[in-house]
Amino acid sequence: MKSILKFGMKRRTYAEQKALWGFIYVLPWLLGFLLFFLIPLVSSLRYSFSSIEANANGMKISFIGISNYVEALTVNTSFNRTLTTSIVNMVINVPLIVIFSLFLAVLLNQKFVGRAIARSIFFLPVILASGVIANLETTSLVQAINEQNAGGAVSGLGTSELTRIMLNSGVSENVVAYLTSAVDRIYQIVSQSGVQILIFLAGIQSVSPQLYEASKIEGATGYEAFWKITLPMVSPLILVNVIYTIIDSFSRSEMTTLIRETGFTNFNFGLSSAMAWIYFLAIMVILSIITFFISKRIFYQE
Amino acid sequence: MIIARLLSLESWKRWLWTVVRLVLMAGLSFVILYPILQKISTAIKDKSDLYSPIVIFIPEHYSLDNFKKAISIMDYWHTLFNTFTLSAMTTILTAVSCAFAGYAFARLKFKGSNLLFGGVILTILVPPTTILIPIYMNLKDFSLMGLIPLLTGKSVNLLDSYWPFILTSVTANSLKAGLYIFIFRQFFRGIPKEVEEAAYIDGAGVGKTFLRIMLPNAVPAIVTVLLFSFVWQWNDSFFTTTYLTSGKVMSTQLASLPHNLSIMLEGGVATNKDPFYMSMVQDTGILLAILPLIIIYLFVQRYFVESIERTGIVG
Repeated sequence: MKSILKFGMKRRTYAEQKALWGFIYVLPWLLGFLLFFLIPLVSSLRYSFSSIEANANGMKISFIGISNYVEALTVNTSFNRTLTTSIVNMVINVPLIVIFSLFLAVLLNQKFVGRAIARSIFFLPVILASGVIANLETTSLVQAINEQNAGGAVSGLGTSELTRIMLNSGVSENVVAYLTSAVDRIYQIVSQSGVQILIFLAGIQSVSPQLYEASKIEGATGYEAFWKITLPMVSPLILVNVIYTIIDSFSRSEMTTLIRETGFTNFNFGLSSAMAWIYFLAIMVILSIITFFISKRIFYQE
Repeated sequence: MIIARLLSLESWKRWLWTVVRLVLMAGLSFVILYPILQKISTAIKDKSDLYSPIVIFIPEHYSLDNFKKAISIMDYWHTLFNTFTLSAMTTILTAVSCAFAGYAFARLKFKGSNLLFGGVILTILVPPTTILIPIYMNLKDFSLMGLIPLLTGKSVNLLDSYWPFILTSVTANSLKAGLYIFIFRQFFRGIPKEVEEAAYIDGAGVGKTFLRIMLPNAVPAIVTVLLFSFVWQWNDSFFTTTYLTSGKVMSTQLASLPHNLSIMLEGGVATNKDPFYMSMVQDTGILLAILPLIIIYLFVQRYFVESIERTGIVG
């Protein structure tokens, strides 16, 4: 028996052996992928086209065509609004977060006193701003009152002055509104950009110092070095970070709450699946548009 | 000469930039730390300070009463132990299974492995809400594609136990596992092929090469995955509240803290139900929930910062 087995092993070439082991290593993931991802994904698609009645004997699934989708888009009162808000929020936040985290990564990469402390503070949101904590934080009454008492230590960073200056100097009103809203939501932005800063920082540090040296000898200022060296070199990471930010926004989105409520509170599984699929498709469309536009401008070294 | 250099435009620019940077860093650090400071100051306040107009940050009467209340309502020590066990368990299992899968995707190519890696990317991109309901149903009547009913006669209900977490993390499909597989794959691709080939020439099989040569070289990637997986599992409310409906872990306890608190207060003096006070205890509860993470972070933050830089996600 053993010799047969050995014989069987020996006949395999080196590459075949590696392929076999590769498959064995991937196998656990593959099983999980089928059980906990692909099958649920397919059945979620099926649910979205059917009406589901759950009773003591189990579920009765009957095909009803696209009426779940029609219901979500035309009948349900909150779906359209929630979908647009969460997508608009995403579209507004993503550029802000990416630009902000690139800026901070550049700053944190410079040498200054207290850099280690600053770094550890800026990565703190990675562990704090997620899940329940973030949800509960927004409803804290004491915090709201205290902010009032303290004269708005954080909320009122004095954007009104800035707004007046910008409006008077002829900046478009939309731009002003966008920028001031960014300042007002500074905590939200900072707290969502921890991982992105990490990724950008790693990217900046992998740029070879010779490039900077050469540019310095040629007389480039730090400002020019940023636009001509740092930005092109980290441009692939901009795409990575945009995608990460979008994925990260799932967990915070109101859509998630709505889908869950429809599914688990109202027990309308069909409608809930339909909503989830519309949300998923909308995000895929946005992702592919963004990827298409950004990947054209990305600079790859090779 | 020295004075001329001091007064030159260059040095002025440098000084100005230093000041601007300092202000920016200090300001943003304050923005990040502000909620935590706020919570700490609320938590150590006495109830009577809540309405005192002169108390904003530093309380007039210190008290640990809030902590006592929050600890007793949340069943804190028990919850802490549960959460720690759950997070540690899923973290280790996920890291192991993702390391295997990542290595296979990076180095042990077989027919269709690129297609399967596309599947990994898909798991990253699909929002978890899309598959939540079928997974829930699946776990409620878990049959393992009809195998379990064949053996025992009926399917098992895996909800409200740790099994969903164990199963998903053994099979590298737990929370954000696609990302970890991606990290491992990128890292293993960055290790020179010659290292591996040397091991093969010396007679090591695939398994031995992986365990003895590649894995010890992959410490930065392992640390990154361990850290992120632990933190995200600790904070996760999405899967935890779905799988564990009555289990005592931090995120479920936090979510139900306001409710439990109001029940407890109503049980005591009926007029005691003061929204400010409730909010105060709730803040203390949040502080207690993140406190272990902050303490751990103080020790490992060095790795946090260093690890990503060396994992080669960027490479």
